Amino acid sequence: MNIELRGISKRFGSVQANKNISLDIRAGEVLGLLGENGAGKSTLMNVLSGLYQPDSGDILIDGAPVTFDGPGDSIAAGIGMVHQHFMLVPVFSVVENVILGVEPTGSADFLDLAAARDQVQAINARYGMDVPSDVLIEDLPVGIQQRVEILKVLFRSADVLILDEPTAVLTPQEVEAFFGIVRALRDAGKAIVFITHKLHEIIEIADKVSVLRQGEIVGGGVPSDFSEADLAEMMVGRPVSFSVGRGAATPGEDVLDLRDVTLVDASLEVRLHRIAMSVRAGEIVGIAGVQGNGQTELVEAITGIAQVASGQVMFAGTDITASSVRQRHHMGIAHIPEDRQKSGMVSAFTVAENMVLNSYYDDSVARGVQIDWRRAEKQAAAACLKFDVRTPSVFLDAGGLSGGNQQKMVVARELERAVRLVVASQPTRGVDVGSIEFIHKQLVACRDAGNAVLIISSELDEILDLSDRIYVMYEGQITAEFDNSTSQADRGAIGLAMAGANRTAAA
Amino acid sequence: MTRSSSTHESPEKNGHSNGGANSGDALRALLAPTIETRGNLREIILIPLAAVFMALVIGALIMMATSVEPHIILRSFVAMADGSVGSLNAISETLTASIPLVLAGLGIGLAFRAGLFNIGAEGQMVVGGLMAAVVSFSFTGLPMALHLPLVLIAGLLVGGLYAAIAGFLRAATGAHEVISTIMLNLISIRLLDYLLRQPFIQKEGRADPISKAVLETAELPRLLSFIDPNLRLHFGLFLMLGAVILIYWLLYRSKLGFAFRISGENPDAARYAGIRAGLTIVIAMAVAGGLAGLAGAAQVTGVLGRATPGFTAGIGFDAIAVALLGRSHPVGILLAGVLFGALEAGGRQMQVDAGVSIDMISIIQALIIIFVAAPLLVKRIMPFLFADKPKEGADHG
Repeated sequence: MNIELRGISKRFGSVQANKNISLDIRAGEVLGLLGENGAGKSTLMNVLSGLYQPDSGDILIDGAPVTFDGPGDSIAAGIGMVHQHFMLVPVFSVVENVILGVEPTGSADFLDLAAARDQVQAINARYGMDVPSDVLIEDLPVGIQQRVEILKVLFRSADVLILDEPTAVLTPQEVEAFFGIVRALRDAGKAIVFITHKLHEIIEIADKVSVLRQGEIVGGGVPSDFSEADLAEMMVGRPVSFSVGRGAATPGEDVLDLRDVTLVDASLEVRLHRIAMSVRAGEIVGIAGVQGNGQTELVEAITGIAQVASGQVMFAGTDITASSVRQRHHMGIAHIPEDRQKSGMVSAFTVAENMVLNSYYDDSVARGVQIDWRRAEKQAAAACLKFDVRTPSVFLDAGGLSGGNQQKMVVARELERAVRLVVASQPTRGVDVGSIEFIHKQLVACRDAGNAVLIISSELDEILDLSDRIYVMYEGQITAEFDNSTSQADRGAIGLAMAGANRTAAA
Repeated sequence: MTRSSSTHESPEKNGHSNGGANSGDALRALLAPTIETRGNLREIILIPLAAVFMALVIGALIMMATSVEPHIILRSFVAMADGSVGSLNAISETLTASIPLVLAGLGIGLAFRAGLFNIGAEGQMVVGGLMAAVVSFSFTGLPMALHLPLVLIAGLLVGGLYAAIAGFLRAATGAHEVISTIMLNLISIRLLDYLLRQPFIQKEGRADPISKAVLETAELPRLLSFIDPNLRLHFGLFLMLGAVILIYWLLYRSKLGFAFRISGENPDAARYAGIRAGLTIVIAMAVAGGLAGLAGAAQVTGVLGRATPGFTAGIGFDAIAVALLGRSHPVGILLAGVLFGALEAGGRQMQVDAGVSIDMISIIQALIIIFVAAPLLVKRIMPFLFADKPKEGADHG
């Protein structure tokens, strides 16, 4: 099935979200749709999936014009959308989720679960998806949950699959497996639209690419004709530098020093086992590792959110093991949380309120028992300008900002005060290229100002790019340490350590 | 959605660009009030008004369906207006009825802002009101300037402590406050019946459960007795208005209130921001219960003059509706409380003048809540009220 979009335009109030967009989506082809957050990708795909009606322009399926009056029409036409945020029922099994809404029924209209399971397994086998049929969604890793979403659209006989930022939630290993499935789908004659802002993914998986900027197609073609830098410039509208260009580190005294830190969670499982590590003033230390190997707990132990079972957390020579989150914040520990939506901000609060989320009580904005909002708002506006948080007003809800701007808001809040240690967890997850560059520069500037910076990221490139020293975490332990200051550390060796190759020895 | 910035000089997409001529302008633009906030405000005002109107219409339809004569229906609405705002006495009754509704509603709204469902305002009113009654007749010979505050503070403290039990259970054991406050309601009601028969509380020479009368030095003074001694509006009006201002300040200006609101909107973010969840829950419940206890005390010392079984008359439950209708905002709760007070006072008049049962008022109140809880329904039924520029552009892309 081929789909052609001709001259699609869509306007919301004063914002032209899509402007005269034409696209060819062909069977047996992966079309990469590249654009920053807010470039109009989601609007375009919502037009294609029937959620929005275009103001002008046509959608043609195999040459015949169609109109979609709702998502039902586009699903019936064979278009399937896999959303970035999964729409699954956690307590239902895989099969139950897949058939939800189109349940096969047997005699007397009873649910025919056995038939459903057979159909699901057939699809499963055909594309090598390897998804268990009867396991509950909540018991599955994120990567497999995403496959369930794909199963859902395939079960509804989709010939065109729209994948919206599909790799945003995946680990590097999961991305590789996922690409295998995308290729299998393409080879089976499906048309695939792959929406992303990650350049290397386009180059790796797409047969064709179209770049969207400010609602318009600004270029495209065969990805191999472009370099990453070309694509980035098209997407952002100006040359983008990929390496941060960080100078040599001049490390000083230990700012953070963990001594044999062990952390046990509520279900009495050991999450951190005898962690010993340090971060010095004026250096960036990266923690590499596949997600779920104790990074979250490590951050919580350092910032005081979780209490350690044994060992000591030393900060600038003082033992802060028993100090509260607030005390540590006050001492100069900044924390950029790994999941801004979940724990780093309050979506229903204004930008100004979010900017003082963890400092509202201290003298910078408070007067006695009262918060001086005028002052907080002025500080927030200044921080927005300094940290390039693009919002029309500090009185708007932070939830309405794009992911990149939300993250810059969190970064601004944490770095806009006197800090000595920055703990940045997944500092650029789900953030557009322009914002990534900006955040990286801020972190390096923070180091150059003589602060200690600890970066935890599941993106190995980010770790290699920024860190002067790298620790690898595996199953709650530091299993390796690499020097990355003058020449780049051995990627392969780090990868092996991440996979658990050297559990006891340090490289 | 964008503005120019130091790192990005190209004139960005249309939208709210401020030109970025210099940072002073940019700062001012960021601090200017926004259209979106004003649009929201309009909706906040219009939806409850439309809901009240539609509830009255449906109330009329229900009366018609139960073969009430059209002229009786008309008369009942006239009586309702007359009984709520038609005379000085009517206004006095409306405000008198709204005092405990607003006080308890403020507590429920505040707890809700902190992410807690305080279903226990009724019970907190009971224990607060009873305690106020006991203090009010147990201390003789005190001057009013000392006795009355003592009585009110006693009601406030006991209501607060009672609610703090539910808060503590939630914080320490995870027991859900909905369940525990409902149970505490039941306990309080039976406790009231029991205590009202105890000799140190029960009125001398009475066999039925009724407390001794509130001493004159502990009565909330009537405000309009210089016009007509039968006007019941009492000093609780100022307690109510003071509480509205205080709770507004607490929620939107104070550090504690900000902590409440963070905990209510996003408990994870609160934990990451170093806010102690358990302590916040206990304090929020205690403040909420204190307000309900004060409502009970005001009712006993301002209106009833004694404690009797069921003296709270379900006000603690109506206050949940008031908090909901007022969207948990102090000013909204004030307006909603006065509206419910008006329905209460008007309903009594309606029963007298038109012979329509006061139960009709409960139906209308419930309908208002349903419409307020379903704003989309209101917008669908009355699209002309909200027809303006469509504002979907906020989340494009």
